[in-house]
Amino acid sequence: MVEHIHAGGEEPAVTLDAFLEQSNATAVRLESDEDARALIPFLDRLALIEIAFPKFRDGRGYSSARILREAGYTGELRAQGDVLVDQIAYMKRCGFDTFAPEKELNPADVEAALARWPEHYQGAGDNSVPIWKLRHG
Amino acid sequence: MYKYDEYDHAMVEARVAEFSDQVRRRLAGEITEDQFKPLRLMNGLYLQLHAYMLRVAVPYGTLDSRQMRMLAHIARKYDRDYGHFTTRQNIQYNWIKLEDAPAILADLASVEMHAIQTSGNCIRNISSDQWAGAAADEITDPRPWAELLRQWSSFHPEFSYLPRKFKIAVIAATEDRAAMRLHDIGIQIVEKDGQHGAAFYVGGGMGRTPMIAPLIKDFVPLADMLSYAEACLRVYNRYGRRDNMYKARIKILIHELGADEYRRQVEEEFAHVKALGIDPPKAEFDRIAAQFAPPALDAAAPDAIDRSDPDFAVWVDQNVAKHRVPGHAIVNISLKPVGGIPGDASSAQIDLMADLAEQYSHDELRVTHAQNIVLPHVRKADLYALWQALDGAGLATPNLDLISDIIACPGLDYCSLANARSIPVAQKIAKRFADPARQRDLGELKLKISGCINACGHHHAGHIGILGVDRKGTENYQLSLGGSGAEDVSLGTITGPGFDEDGVVDAIERVTETYLAARTDGERFVDTYRRIGMAPFKEAIYG
Repeated sequence: MVEHIHAGGEEPAVTLDAFLEQSNATAVRLESDEDARALIPFLDRLALIEIAFPKFRDGRGYSSARILREAGYTGELRAQGDVLVDQIAYMKRCGFDTFAPEKELNPADVEAALARWPEHYQGAGDNSVPIWKLRHG
Repeated sequence: MYKYDEYDHAMVEARVAEFSDQVRRRLAGEITEDQFKPLRLMNGLYLQLHAYMLRVAVPYGTLDSRQMRMLAHIARKYDRDYGHFTTRQNIQYNWIKLEDAPAILADLASVEMHAIQTSGNCIRNISSDQWAGAAADEITDPRPWAELLRQWSSFHPEFSYLPRKFKIAVIAATEDRAAMRLHDIGIQIVEKDGQHGAAFYVGGGMGRTPMIAPLIKDFVPLADMLSYAEACLRVYNRYGRRDNMYKARIKILIHELGADEYRRQVEEEFAHVKALGIDPPKAEFDRIAAQFAPPALDAAAPDAIDRSDPDFAVWVDQNVAKHRVPGHAIVNISLKPVGGIPGDASSAQIDLMADLAEQYSHDELRVTHAQNIVLPHVRKADLYALWQALDGAGLATPNLDLISDIIACPGLDYCSLANARSIPVAQKIAKRFADPARQRDLGELKLKISGCINACGHHHAGHIGILGVDRKGTENYQLSLGGSGAEDVSLGTITGPGFDEDGVVDAIERVTETYLAARTDGERFVDTYRRIGMAPFKEAIYG
């Protein structure tokens, strides 16, 4: 399961540019306009990828997360920034497993949000089984 | 008609619970209006000039009578006894209280309806051909494809915070009754080697930068359709502009990249996405398609119509269309009475249409993008009784596709984005051309009015289009000619300087006179315009 809520910033993550130059880092931070696919050659030695959400309306990080999970990344995938309780269920479905919100979230609301959806219509970046598959076994 | 199973029910109920909780947190001040806004929008709730407006989804425009009655109930109980059918086949209510919204969504859920994703920067309600399953010119019913897309797009975790809203239409006929190529994705079901597949047109839209969608892929097999859609959306989500909301629609991305480069990126993404196994099996499509099986219609039903009542005959000629099954007809109910508000219907009218659908149309109704209602499966022998019932309720205006069958957005009477009023202009035009014989003489003439540049009233696609703008604090109306949202899709051209409210009605009259003088046999207004060009019309208006 998911869900450590980080206070944010306790593990040093380098920028994508710095990471691509300095090959020994194990944690990298991806800004919302950076190409997640640049990390694909290095996934097996990364332990943390932090994806920035500068504004909750900026949804590029959802695609970045899925691309990394689809490429086989199994390390920690953290959503950082303007991460609000009403988006984290979608973030989890895209493959995020930790959250570092700028503003503290109410743990009860987080729990309710993550427990809200019994099933899902479509396959995504988590391991949930889409409804069409439940229908047809 | 599609019927929810336990999964569909559970999803809509979860949504009602989620939104009830969000409203509670908003009313308690736990979340700000800025944080609440995208949440309420994804549930169809707008804050307008005077009140909240709730937009309820009518997936691909199809309803049964029980659902239609619920729409009347909501109008009666929570609004001011009427609703407004929209250009995306939805219905909206203009006078909603925030605290009532959860109860309304629960009422809707009880009849397998919702307001999911009727607004917000997400994939909106999937629209379709209002004559689906009845039209003589379709190769298959497009609605199973639309339902597959509805489920795929509902609560899509990757595509709920897109750069901008995203609208998809699906058709399967040669005539385009859904303005397919003016959508972010327009899908036309086509046939190749005996198989049906989806032609993808991507990057159309109206708004301030109208564009006709280019063909991106001529044939996507059913087994790949959702993967292909996912690839189209992912390229957009990653690279669509987010720096300027007026340039954030996919049409701008495709315009800037070029269709070929966009296609290349989609193909690359598709090659990857296809391997993820996100496409449901044929069995799921078949499960859905079985629920859209055509009703049992008696092809031996009498084909003759008794036309002895002249008013009835006029209505039959104008509002009744050919059904694929002999002895049957498609009935188009105009929500455009002269002097009325285009697309509005009272609770009593909505209830009556539900009753008539139950009695005469195998319990089915459709909402059209032109803001009318359709009863898709009516026996010709029942037409007269049906017409009498409609006529008694002010629902038998015989003006389908004529100049008074106006598409109009709510405009400055309701909308917080509007620069000018649309409704009074529509009413003045309808009154000017109120004589039914005059309208019929003008023939097919699609007139569309938007009260601002966002083009909800589809003015770019009007044979005659009107755009209301604010000019130094007064309402000003620009006129355009030659647009079309149909299979002959085109964008209108502005005639020249704008007019005040009465001036634009006068200008339209001169435009129609120019057409009448210049037309050749069988030429529609838009055909004449295309043949003779703007100059004679301009001369008549400004000369």
